[in-house]
Amino acid sequence: MSFPDPIAVFRTEAAELLEQVESGLLDLNHDLSDKEQVDAVFRGLHTLKGSGAMFGFEALAAFTHHCETAFDQVRKGIVPATHDLVTAVLGATDHMRALIEVPGGDHDAVSETLLSRLRAAVAAAGHPAGATPAAHAGPVASSAASPAAPVEAASAAGQKSATTTYRIRIGLPQNAMANGTNPVGLLDELAELGTATIRADLSRIPAIDDLIATDLYVRWDVELVTDKPRSAIDDVFIFVMDEMELVVTVVEPGAAPAAVAAAATPAAPAASLPSAAPPAPAAPVAAPVAAPATPAASGRGAPQADAKQQKAAENVRVPAERLDELMDRVGELVIAQSRLSQLAGSSGDLMLRAVSEDVERLSGELRDTMMVLRMVPVAQLFGRFRRLVHDLAIETGKAIELVTEGETTEVDKSVIERLADPLVHLVRNSCDHGLESADERRAAGKSPTGRIFLSARQQAGEVIITIKDDGRGINRERVRAKAESSGLIAPNASLSDQELLQLIFQPGFSTAQQVTNLSGRGVGMDVVKRTIDALRGTINVVSKPGEGSEISLAIPLTLAIIDGLLVRVGTGRYVIPLSAVEECLELSVEEDMRSRGRSFISLRDSLVPFIRLRDLFETGTKPDPFQKVVVISTGAERVGLVVDQIIGDHQTVIKAMSKLHHDVVTFSGATILGDGGVALILDVAHLVAAGQQQEAHLRAAG
Amino acid sequence: MSEALRKLPEHLWEGREELEVLTFEIAGEMFALEAVHVQEILDLLPETAVPGAKPFVASVINFRGKVIPLADIRLAFGMEATTTTIDSRIIVIELDIDGEATLTGIRTDKVHEVTTLEKSHGEPPPSVGMRWRPDFIDCLVRRHGEFIIIPNLKTIFSAQNERNSQHAQQG
Repeated sequence: MSFPDPIAVFRTEAAELLEQVESGLLDLNHDLSDKEQVDAVFRGLHTLKGSGAMFGFEALAAFTHHCETAFDQVRKGIVPATHDLVTAVLGATDHMRALIEVPGGDHDAVSETLLSRLRAAVAAAGHPAGATPAAHAGPVASSAASPAAPVEAASAAGQKSATTTYRIRIGLPQNAMANGTNPVGLLDELAELGTATIRADLSRIPAIDDLIATDLYVRWDVELVTDKPRSAIDDVFIFVMDEMELVVTVVEPGAAPAAVAAAATPAAPAASLPSAAPPAPAAPVAAPVAAPATPAASGRGAPQADAKQQKAAENVRVPAERLDELMDRVGELVIAQSRLSQLAGSSGDLMLRAVSEDVERLSGELRDTMMVLRMVPVAQLFGRFRRLVHDLAIETGKAIELVTEGETTEVDKSVIERLADPLVHLVRNSCDHGLESADERRAAGKSPTGRIFLSARQQAGEVIITIKDDGRGINRERVRAKAESSGLIAPNASLSDQELLQLIFQPGFSTAQQVTNLSGRGVGMDVVKRTIDALRGTINVVSKPGEGSEISLAIPLTLAIIDGLLVRVGTGRYVIPLSAVEECLELSVEEDMRSRGRSFISLRDSLVPFIRLRDLFETGTKPDPFQKVVVISTGAERVGLVVDQIIGDHQTVIKAMSKLHHDVVTFSGATILGDGGVALILDVAHLVAAGQQQEAHLRAAG
Repeated sequence: MSEALRKLPEHLWEGREELEVLTFEIAGEMFALEAVHVQEILDLLPETAVPGAKPFVASVINFRGKVIPLADIRLAFGMEATTTTIDSRIIVIELDIDGEATLTGIRTDKVHEVTTLEKSHGEPPPSVGMRWRPDFIDCLVRRHGEFIIIPNLKTIFSAQNERNSQHAQQG
């Protein structure tokens, strides 16, 4: 088995990291003082930089470094986070994606523009901070009166009365060096915090025969006298914290044995310690704080990021095609099992029957598990809309709030991928056409902030995804006028409300009076409709003037299985997708005889044309005495399909047809029946088209 | 006849002197396919006709839970249809069609054996004396006084596709 390409692995990981960073930034935009998110973004950028450099994405590493530096300043409280800064870094993440996609491309100009924006944002954020020490900044911020040289300023401030002596025990995991951690760097950084006495604990070094050169056996005891808070020590180890053992104890100044600089702080009363180092316990003998990573222990820094890491550790990345292979095997097993139960049923051997029943149960469960494996939560899909709405709000100058619901609803992965584009169109439409400007909204008595609701829920075998806005609603007069002027409907045609609203999905239809950058070019909605049709889904539109519109997409949970109606035509068996079937009725002999010249039946006062599948498929067999008509609907029209026998409904596992049969459009796939036979799945829309063609031929032949 | 045309196709032998093949019989002629491409040899299975498909691949079969086309290369060589016998088998091979590995069944009258053919016994298809399209045949190999045909399945399958699309244009 071949190993995946490391570059490809990096790309996937980088995409995930960027997603994390982006969602962190967007959260930060809501609450600028959220220290946890600042840390999370910083960590994400740092990891991206590190692994980028490791895999040879030098441009990415260099570019990310600047963003990381900017966020480091935020993290240290030197500059506060501002909306401008967040937007600048958001823009930068897009560029990082480009740098990952095309590492060798010419990105210098873009990089420079983005970085100058970033620098401007940092500078703008830095100045007001100097005047008014922001409340959200970390403990260091109070001493960061001059943003330029905060560290020196703080250490030179002569706050000797506030120094504390820490005794720190550091144990790194044995494979730390192999993983790229340099303990010397960490110790140097620690030493910079104040006066440090570092002693190496060599007791764990094994005999030379057992020694592995790349492993780390040394542990360190450090005595650090510093005026920095306890959290500064944690910051040094921020990237290795989860795996390492770090025990920090506060030494009572008087009791510090032979502490070099401790003598300089004799006057510091123990009671003043908490103010200098709030997180550290004031008790002389402090309990070890950051023991190996349990979320609760290290959770103070960034519980969310830790939670994410833990979650990632539980997941396994598997290429989708392996899942498909597994799915095929399960399909084979199910078929083999049904043969087994037929055998067992006819043999009358009780033992065999018991085994066969067990196998039946197991294979059924296995199939269900397999289906679930391919499901992913829609949260993945919804995540990207936060960014979209953020950008759209800036572009349109409207205040827009996105509310999502039901992110845990699960859908087949291939469905998710294909849903992304239509949803982008719909959300854009809502933002651009649906929502009014803040002034209009105020005039209409609504809150100036427009709201977009994105929700997902499961309903039977379908997932309903709803995009709702509280904007002005769809203007029916304009839809009608536009449809009439472009000839889609006859003037004054009577249409139901739903029919009228569905017109917006016609190709080339757009009611936007002005074409904007976002929408209004009349492409999009018909693409949405086509994609949803291809997914065998339906679109439902509800709109109330002045209150907003709601577009619901009902999508089947999976593309791998459909409910079908199994029918027989001649000797062949076929599956008609049940979603297209309206009703079944018998084709009476009189109707059959009469319909030699005309092929339609009257069904409750409406004419339904029908197609004889026996003729269309040229089976060359005699019709059954009691033929049936399956009435199907293909969007606008209803058509009857004449079949010889209706066998029943059938859970259909869809198998694609091979390339050699791609020219046969009347079938969308095939499935394997319980007895091992193959049944073809009818593509209803194409079938009706083929039937019309055949009739045209017949007429021409006359 | 120029020398260039008389050369054995190199893509088949790839510099090898010997070729492991599976030999089988269709309508009295002996054919061989490179053994590494053969996935499996099956007894006849129930076939499902695909209405509207070209006659060359008129049906599909269930091969281990996959639905694969069943090709009849007799039609490419203009041979008579033969009735199925107790010896009839389906050979499943993996073919590269438009860059996609596709499993395909081939109907045969009888499967003989896996054997080794030598390049020195091979000959390119003769330019006269053959009613089959020469590009459908990679080479002929002499063995025990008879000829074994190594068909060029790639050309055969893509020719069927072309013919079909031409047909569609005319229609």
